[in-house]
Amino acid sequence: MGDAASDIQLLNAFIVFMNFVGIPAITYGSQLALGALGLTLVYGILRFSNFAHGDTMAFGTMITILITWGFQSMGLSLGPLPTALLALPFGIAATAIWLLLTDRVVYRFYRRQRAVPVIYLIASAGVMFVTNGVVRFIIGPADQRFTDGERFVVSVREFKAMTGLPEGLAIKTTQALTVVTAVVVVALLFWFLNRTRTGKSMRAFSDNEDLALLSGIDPERVVMVTWLIVAALATIAGTLYGLDKTFKPFVYFQLLLPMFAAAVIGGLGSPLGAIAGGYIIAFAEVIITYAWKKVLTYALPESWEPSGLVQLLSTDYKLAVSFALLVVVLLIKPTGLFKGQSL
Amino acid sequence: MSTRVQSSGAGAVRTLLMFIVVAGLIIGTGFVQSWNTALVILGLGLISSIMALGLNLQWGFAGLFNVGVMGFAALGGLAAVLVAMPPTPGAFAAGGPRVALALLLGAATVGAGLFVWRKLPSGALRALLVFVVVLVGLVLFRRVLDPGVAAIEAVNPASTGYLGGFGLPVLIAWPVGGLLAAGAAWLIGKTALGLRSDYLAIATLGIAEIIIAVLKNEDWLTRGVKNVVGIPRPVPYEIELQRDPAFVERAASYGLDPVMASTLSVKLLYAGLFAVVLLVLLVLSQRALNSPWGRMMRAIRDNETAAAAMGKDVTARHLQVFVLGSAIIGVAGAMLTTLDGQLTPGSYQPLRFTFLIWIMVIVGGSGNNFGSVLGGLLVWWLWVQVEPMGLWLMQVVTSGMADGSALKAHLLASAAYMRLMTMGVMLLIVLRFSPRGLLPER
Amino acid sequence: MSAPFLIGENMTGGYGAADILHDCTIAVDRGEIAVIVGPNGAGKSTAMKAVFGMLNLRKGAVRLDGEDIGHLTPQQRVVAGMGFVPQTANVFTLMTVQENLEMGAFIRTDDISTTMEEVFELFPILREKRRQAAGELSGGQRQQVAVGRALMTKPKALMLDEPTAGVSPIVMDELFDRIIDVAKTGIPILMVEQNARQALAIADRGYVLVQGANAHTDTGEALLADPEVRRSFLGG
Repeated sequence: MGDAASDIQLLNAFIVFMNFVGIPAITYGSQLALGALGLTLVYGILRFSNFAHGDTMAFGTMITILITWGFQSMGLSLGPLPTALLALPFGIAATAIWLLLTDRVVYRFYRRQRAVPVIYLIASAGVMFVTNGVVRFIIGPADQRFTDGERFVVSVREFKAMTGLPEGLAIKTTQALTVVTAVVVVALLFWFLNRTRTGKSMRAFSDNEDLALLSGIDPERVVMVTWLIVAALATIAGTLYGLDKTFKPFVYFQLLLPMFAAAVIGGLGSPLGAIAGGYIIAFAEVIITYAWKKVLTYALPESWEPSGLVQLLSTDYKLAVSFALLVVVLLIKPTGLFKGQSL
Repeated sequence: MSTRVQSSGAGAVRTLLMFIVVAGLIIGTGFVQSWNTALVILGLGLISSIMALGLNLQWGFAGLFNVGVMGFAALGGLAAVLVAMPPTPGAFAAGGPRVALALLLGAATVGAGLFVWRKLPSGALRALLVFVVVLVGLVLFRRVLDPGVAAIEAVNPASTGYLGGFGLPVLIAWPVGGLLAAGAAWLIGKTALGLRSDYLAIATLGIAEIIIAVLKNEDWLTRGVKNVVGIPRPVPYEIELQRDPAFVERAASYGLDPVMASTLSVKLLYAGLFAVVLLVLLVLSQRALNSPWGRMMRAIRDNETAAAAMGKDVTARHLQVFVLGSAIIGVAGAMLTTLDGQLTPGSYQPLRFTFLIWIMVIVGGSGNNFGSVLGGLLVWWLWVQVEPMGLWLMQVVTSGMADGSALKAHLLASAAYMRLMTMGVMLLIVLRFSPRGLLPER
Repeated sequence: MSAPFLIGENMTGGYGAADILHDCTIAVDRGEIAVIVGPNGAGKSTAMKAVFGMLNLRKGAVRLDGEDIGHLTPQQRVVAGMGFVPQTANVFTLMTVQENLEMGAFIRTDDISTTMEEVFELFPILREKRRQAAGELSGGQRQQVAVGRALMTKPKALMLDEPTAGVSPIVMDELFDRIIDVAKTGIPILMVEQNARQALAIADRGYVLVQGANAHTDTGEALLADPEVRRSFLGG
């Protein structure tokens, strides 16, 4: 015990773990967190669960992809970084216009009527249908790849050469980019909500709508700013997910479940909760669907070496992981980890 | 008093007129397109109506937001396979007991986890113990299950590779489908009812996705994406009819050739069967709506707080109606798979199976059973017809463009997605301008 | 005698078809505390909400500083210079005390630091707790946040709906002292009170409402001394 050879083995186990569990889960968690933040903001301000959110992400990503293709054909690029970053502002702007349009045409009416949340829910399903149709009409239902630039920050080969270890660690550009972007976006969001007048007025509106009105906070302005932020969050989350994996409209619809689960686990309406929930879901999903054989082979003494793949659940059931966590939270603590309902 | 009778009389006239319009649409389709198309629309429209009836029970009567229609319908489809398909020879012997044992182990794991949770005081120790129990259970479950599954799937994989069913008449699958769906609904209802309405929506969205994932991946049960085909029918095969001299003669007397006559007859028989089920469920739903139970449900829907204050157990009532509604959807799901003659897990899409049914209920008129039936038939007709209409529209729009232009090709290829947009726009318009639907609740 | 600074005159109206207020008049002048008391269901809060524009009046007028404000919405009345503290849910529970005050001043575009300093002078405990979430404070402290929030607009008149509801007698006395301090700064205060005896003791004007109409109107002192008011309403 504790001799150099077993230390190396543990190090190898750790590297394999990071390569196949740690880094992918942090990346995926960041994407989910950004998506869940959008959901939770809508819940906190407009007070409904937005079923169109997954398709909003698809819409923003689609616009970003189209602009990216345009830039690529013009020969514009960001060198090692994906060209999509350059196209992102356009995607956000288009999504903002789309969301403000849906608010104007659909949600505002129910706001004035002070409709019950479930009516918004149905209306958001209608918006989901339309957004879904628009996306498929423009870009089709198929997979689209738009990643370019340098593929790796650190490749397995470089890592092995650097460390001399038998196991390698790869960090894809998109993974690094996702985490960095998520940190920057979340920092900006929290700065906005806690330090600026408009951000504080959003929190006030979310906390106590009647008192906010009494204080002269304009609800329409709060709602508009919310949609703008949601457009940015959804487009960024969608684009990062698309860069890291692939863009397919239906996949974005399916992201609704893990994103909702993340938001509910953290406490609907709580931004901090949405972030925590995103990472919890991502880690749980990856850990439960990962085949642990290799890690265990390194980590355990030779005689304990596992015979099977040691995979708890096949990756086809990754949605079941979010769902199970969601059910557990609903059964035990329906308000979520962080007290929800307010920003 | 007199005004009430009058208004319900006017309601009846309106209902009748609306149904005549829908009948006209379907019959018109028969004349303009083909009787085959009209009967296909009718059959699926009737099934859609039953699903809408089930959803209306939940939403219209009780205000429950179920976004898992697809899952409950798919469970019905599974029932059709399990009941009607012949058992695969040797498959059960190969791995059946192992799979059964594994499923028992899985259930025992959940039970043990719950037991530990209930018996121990809350704290880190309890959480850790539950985690260990579930982890160990899951590992054991996989260890027992996997070889069994492999053995079953190795039995003649090209044509079977699954357990098969009980080889019983497929009609039995319809109530069985209802039971399966009811079981799943009970589990979900126990978890998510009594919380905010959003939570039921999210939970049902999740269970539906998971049911589909199971159907797609558990090949030993459903053959997964390889599909189960040739589910026995409750009605004769066309080919049998064509061989029957009496049938051919009768067809000739109507001036029909035997092939056409046999297709139409089979479809008519299906439609007749579906109509019988629909009528029975409609009568039952109507009686439920007007019974003390139905009045109480609506009272709870309209004012939950007041109903709770009057001593009604709101959550228990909701569970009842949620299970019942899901069971009806399960029955309809089994009927659908029966009509198709095959289970294709890949074909279950939430937009088609969940949200379209929602549109049917809302367009027809939430809370009105006749409205749901009308909405089912009407929206299904539209769903089928919008696609050719969209294509036609695109052909008109692009007629001026040069052949071979990329835009023209794209527009024509994308015309199919017009119907998603159309359905969404229709839902939004009805919700806003006529939220009570075509046939409002009295 | 000049017209009072804030007056709801001959107000008649209600939320639905049935009137709750019948020809009811409520007024308060600069530097004064006016208190509305009365039995349960007498329309006390309704009368105040009518002055604030939260229900439709069929008859009567509301004037602030001689100007008719009857057509303004509650939000517009805030801009016009009315401060209102609701009975319940009157603070932003998840925001800090300081943020509550900032939100109170949301409509102002000028520098609010002096006003906030004044509020902290009036309610020293708020300065101490200014980084704490308002929801974590005690009932009495919360009420001070609520009043402080309303003062942040520098209102010309302040209206309080049962500020002492649900607090202990000691806290109530402390709150009344604070309210007197606020009145001394020259702001007219109109409040509805359940604790009639204590409230009338600090009132310059008292209104006893019965079934939505003025039953007795006098100085607080005189009302406390009025045998009929004592018998029928203050319990001897």
